[in-house]
Amino acid sequence: MDFGSILNALILGISIASIWLIAALGLTIIYGAAGVINMAHGEFIMLGAYSSYMLQYYVGVPYLFCIPISFVIVALVGLVLERGLIQYLYKRPLDTLLATYGVSLVLMQGVRLIFGSDPKYLAVPEIFSSNLSLGFVSISTFRVIVFGITALLVLALWALFYKTRFGVQVRAVMQNKEMAASFGINSSRIYMLTFALGAGLAGVAGSLFGVLNIVLPTMGSSYVVQAFLMVVVGGGSLAGSVVASGVTGELQSVFAFFTNDTFARFVIFVLIVVFLRFRPQGLFAQAGARR
Amino acid sequence: MDFTRRKLLKTAGLASAALAAPHLWIPGEAWGAALKKGEPLKVGLLFSLTGALAVPEEDSTLVLQYAFDEINKAGGVGGVPVEPVIVDAKSDFNVYSEKTKELILREKVTAIFGCYTSASRKAILPTVMQRDHLLYYPTCYEGAECTQNTICTGPLANQHSKDLIPFMVQNFGKKVFFVGSNYVWPKESNKNAKIWLQQAGGELLGEEYIPLGSSEFGPVLNKIRDAKPNFIFSTVVGASDIAFHKQFKQEGFKVDSMPIASLTTGEIETRAMGAEFGAGHFLSAPYFQTLDNPTNQKFVEGFLKSKYGKNGTTHYNMEETYLSAYVFKAGFEKAAAAVGFENVTPRAIRDNSGGIRIEDNVSPEGLVWIDENNFNTWLKPKIGQCQADGTFKVVKAASEQVAPDPYSIYPDAGVCTKEGLKAPDGKVRKSVI
Repeated sequence: MDFGSILNALILGISIASIWLIAALGLTIIYGAAGVINMAHGEFIMLGAYSSYMLQYYVGVPYLFCIPISFVIVALVGLVLERGLIQYLYKRPLDTLLATYGVSLVLMQGVRLIFGSDPKYLAVPEIFSSNLSLGFVSISTFRVIVFGITALLVLALWALFYKTRFGVQVRAVMQNKEMAASFGINSSRIYMLTFALGAGLAGVAGSLFGVLNIVLPTMGSSYVVQAFLMVVVGGGSLAGSVVASGVTGELQSVFAFFTNDTFARFVIFVLIVVFLRFRPQGLFAQAGARR
Repeated sequence: MDFTRRKLLKTAGLASAALAAPHLWIPGEAWGAALKKGEPLKVGLLFSLTGALAVPEEDSTLVLQYAFDEINKAGGVGGVPVEPVIVDAKSDFNVYSEKTKELILREKVTAIFGCYTSASRKAILPTVMQRDHLLYYPTCYEGAECTQNTICTGPLANQHSKDLIPFMVQNFGKKVFFVGSNYVWPKESNKNAKIWLQQAGGELLGEEYIPLGSSEFGPVLNKIRDAKPNFIFSTVVGASDIAFHKQFKQEGFKVDSMPIASLTTGEIETRAMGAEFGAGHFLSAPYFQTLDNPTNQKFVEGFLKSKYGKNGTTHYNMEETYLSAYVFKAGFEKAAAAVGFENVTPRAIRDNSGGIRIEDNVSPEGLVWIDENNFNTWLKPKIGQCQADGTFKVVKAASEQVAPDPYSIYPDAGVCTKEGLKAPDGKVRKSVI
């Protein structure tokens, strides 16, 4: 076991963390701001991948442009869903759970009906399907891209929440909806926009995962559990999700390096359960009144 | 209407009694259907049309419908048309066994064609054996089973990797790394592969298993990078397999210096990952879409043009499934000749299926036959290399049919015979799973 391999494992850990984080970002926003447990999050990721596939296959958009357009498409889907269904359920959190689960089934079967159940793939520029190597460090170019986009999104979200008027409004609604409303903030509009934003972020994740993985109607379900874990461990805040994915990603990579992948997962899940036993509110729990 | 607790309990009690009722009055007889000349012959197609297993299993359903259409057009089985009863097992093992009961008891099918994974097969076999029914398992599996109620048309582990490992050792070098999905088939296949590897003088550098459905291959690929094998032997299945091949290339591995030799990465997978990720790797299978013979050309053209060919390719799993329909036809007709059409039972079909040959004018992969003892298939394993367009070029084919041996790595367990698993001490055990 030499220094280079360990360094590689640590770098890979950052990459795994960025993949887990980008899957969890949208969920964090939706759960953190609106308190909605969105079971359809995995299907939003899947829709992102299919949007990119559609744009590439039928319109011929280059891959890099597919990412932002997927954001817009899935955000619009999220908007429609919020207006049509979720907005009536904010006071009934258990019902949102069931309703969004139903939506996830509808989306999965809908996509299957339209595109068929055979897997699709996203073509990427040749440069993305190679690796970067510096001495004994080696990492795939696409993992670097995923990391870059994740970092960019986290930065943008931070700026949005802490540097803009919209962000102040969102945080006010998060802390106390009634009080915020009495100061003239349209909380219904805030919920709508954050839900759409969260959905759009899942769309971005989907168009990236379509390259790492496979584009299938069922692809979302493999990411949604990880995403939920990150949100729960993080406590529903942006910083919490960042730290939670960072730590679990590194642990996953390091444990997998010393033992194997299956055992690493086992250890991580055990650690998470133990952690939640002693800190059920998560890493950075949000202050403020929950409905 | 107000719901009191008592009322609710009463209704619930009635409802559960009604649900439980079918089990009360269905007698435990073996097989209740009597065949009538002139009425269509029902067979069950038990595959997942939704869920994680839908990708391969939907193709199985389609190709069987195609095969039965073809058989019906040519006069049917024993003079009557076959009517497939299609059910969706939803990739859920509970549903598999539930639907098996439904097919046998309510639909009264003559045989069941079904399953793609060993897990689902093991889930339904108890029911099939209890009813003394018949399962056509139309794909590869690991062996180590000896039931009197199955017929398998795919390769067993001993046929699958026997040629592949020595071929790879000869052409690329001795050092190999095993990667597989974490369930029974890859582990058993790897046990077999280790024996062939030892015989070929190879060296095993490492063995890693990935959770089913996982798409993160970073840690495994880092280990492979450190171990520097000459080739990789893969039993990764499903969506993970596609992620594995993609990340292999994205992490900078070169197919010329370290190809992946797989038991599962066929035409359907290379299509899904994009041919550039599949090109250069190897697959061992009895069938490839590009096999150059008139029967296969007819099969590929006919299937792709038919209404069942919407997914645009044929692959080994479909071909093995296609064969199972013809094995059924031959077995049924042989049984009908022996005991009379009206008296044919699943038991009689199975008893008459040993030694059935599917000649090369029907079988796209060439002549195959059913073993008279263990009812698996004698076939010629072939090795194909994926080309830049996603098709496979056969680089090596076995010179003659290889015998299926479900207990090749467990000689102490005994030999699988028609009557059951015959242990070295002479004891015969029936229905071993």
